[in-house]
Amino acid sequence: MTPDEDLADVLSILCPMHVTLDAAGHVVRAGPTLQKLRPDMPFERQRFLDLFELIRPRSVAAVEDLFGAPRTKLRLQFRDVPRTGFKGVLVPLPDARGAIINLSFGFSVLDAVRDYALTSADFSATDLTIEMLYLVEAKSAAMEASRSLNARLQGAMIAAEEQAFTDTLTGLKNRRALDHVLDRLMTARRPFAVMQLDLDFFKAVNDTHGHAAGDHVLQQVARAMVSETRESDTVARVGGDEFVLIFDRLCDGPRLDAIAERLIAGVTAPILYGGVSCQVSASIGSAFFGGAEDMTATDLLARADAALYAAKHAGRSRHFLYDGAQHAPVPGSAVGHGAPDAPDKPDGQGAPV
Amino acid sequence: MHGLINRAIQSFVCNTYGTDRWHSVTEDAGLGFSEFEAMLIYDDAQTDAVMRAVCIELGRPESEVLEDLGTYLVSDPKVEALRRLLRFGGETFQDFLHSLDELPERARLAVSDLHLPPLELRDVTAHQFSLVCGRGLRGYGRVMMGILRAMADDYGALVYLEHSGCHEAGEIISITLVEADFAAGRDFDLGARAG
Repeated sequence: MTPDEDLADVLSILCPMHVTLDAAGHVVRAGPTLQKLRPDMPFERQRFLDLFELIRPRSVAAVEDLFGAPRTKLRLQFRDVPRTGFKGVLVPLPDARGAIINLSFGFSVLDAVRDYALTSADFSATDLTIEMLYLVEAKSAAMEASRSLNARLQGAMIAAEEQAFTDTLTGLKNRRALDHVLDRLMTARRPFAVMQLDLDFFKAVNDTHGHAAGDHVLQQVARAMVSETRESDTVARVGGDEFVLIFDRLCDGPRLDAIAERLIAGVTAPILYGGVSCQVSASIGSAFFGGAEDMTATDLLARADAALYAAKHAGRSRHFLYDGAQHAPVPGSAVGHGAPDAPDKPDGQGAPV
Repeated sequence: MHGLINRAIQSFVCNTYGTDRWHSVTEDAGLGFSEFEAMLIYDDAQTDAVMRAVCIELGRPESEVLEDLGTYLVSDPKVEALRRLLRFGGETFQDFLHSLDELPERARLAVSDLHLPPLELRDVTAHQFSLVCGRGLRGYGRVMMGILRAMADDYGALVYLEHSGCHEAGEIISITLVEADFAAGRDFDLGARAG
C-alpha cells in the first residue's frame, strides 16, 4: 500500500465526506459517506464541478482556480436531484498535486439524513451531527409539550374572560354583569332607576391623541362615575364609550337628575394625558322601573335609550328622563318629586323615539 | 417534581389502565386536578401521593409498577419520542449501555430544568455490567430496570437483569448480556422523526 493510500484510508475515517482532487480538478477519491449519497454514480475520474455546482465563491469557472487560495470556504450543491446543499473547505495539496475538499451538510443535514437513510456509522465519531439530531428531536418534543400547555392556557383564559363580570380596562362591571343585576332586580320586583350614559366627543380624543389617551380618558371617567355613586349602585361599561348605571331603590326624579348633573360635571372635568388636556362630556338618558310594571329589562333599557337619544338631540351634556305616563322622554330637570311616572311639566318637545 | 415525570405516570396509568382509574387515583391522592402539565414543576409530595394511590388502585407493589412504567415509556407507540431519543445513544445495546453515563446530561440538554441523578455503568466482564443509579429520585432504579428491559428488546438483545438493592451510591442493577443479536430488534431510522 502506498503512503497516499494509507493517507486516504485515514481520511475516510476522519472525514468520510471528503474528496481528493488531482491538479486538473478531477476526483481521485471520494469518502464513503459522500459516495453513499450517489451509490450508482462513481465519483472517481469525474470533474468535480460536473458533480457539484459551486454557489460560493461565485464566478469561479474551474475548481483549480481555487487551488491557490487555501482554506477557501465553499457552498455547493449537487447538480442532480436531490440537490442536497453542502458546506466545504478546500485545502491545496503541496507541490500542486491537487486539493482535498472536505464537505458537510450544514443545515441540510435533517433532509439529508432522511433522503439518504444515513446512520450514525456514516458520520465520524467526533462529528456532532448525531448529537444535533438528538437535540433537534428533543427540542421539538419539548416545544410540542410547551405548545400544548400554551394552547390549554389560552383556552382557559378565554373561558375565564367569558365568565368574567369585570371590564378589564376600567375595572367597572361589564355587560354580562349588568344583565345579571338587571335580571335580579326585575325578578325581585324592586323599584330602581337605570341610566344610559354616552361620552360626547370621545371619538375626537381617540382620533386626535391616540388610543392610549382614549383608554386613559375612559379610566378617569370610570373613576369619576364610581365616586359619584353609592356602593350599592352598579356602574357598567357596555360598549366603547357607553355606560349603564343602575340605582337600586331610587325612584325620585329630582334626586336622579341631581346625580346625573353631578355625573356630567364629573365627566366634563378636563383630563390630563401626556401633557395635553382631553375633554369629553356626557349625555344621559334615564328610566325608572317602579316595581310593578309589566316590562322586560330590554324594554326598560330601550326607554333609557330613547331618553339618551333625546338628550343628545337637545345638544349634549344633557340629562333626559323617560316619562312613563307620556311615553316620551322629557328633560331631567323637568321632573318633579313623587312617582316616576308623574307627568310633571312636560315640555312638549316630543323628541323622536 | 418535574411535570414530565408526573406526566409520564399519568400517561402510563391512562393508556394502560384507562382514564377512569387515573381519575380515581388523582382523587385518592387529593390532587384537586387530574391533568399534569409536562412543562410545569410540581411539589414532590404530590408525586409521592400519586404513586401511593396508583399502587393501591392497581393493588401492586411499587417496585413492579415502576418497572412497568419504565417499560411503557420505551415500548408504547404513544410515547415513541422517548424511545427514539434513547436510541440516539448508540448503534448496539452495548453502545447504548455505555451512553447511559451521559443520560442525565442529555436530558438536561433537552429540558434544562429536568435534573436526573447520575448513572454510572461499570464493566464487570465483557458481558456483565452493573449500573449504579444515583440517589435523589425515588424509584429511579426500578424505572431504569423497565427501561433497560424494553431497550434490550428494542435492540434485539437478550439480557438478564437483577436489582441488587440499595447501596451507598444508590440502587445497583446487575446486567448480564446473554446474547447481543438474539432477535431482529426494531429499526431505528435517524431521519424519521417521531410524532
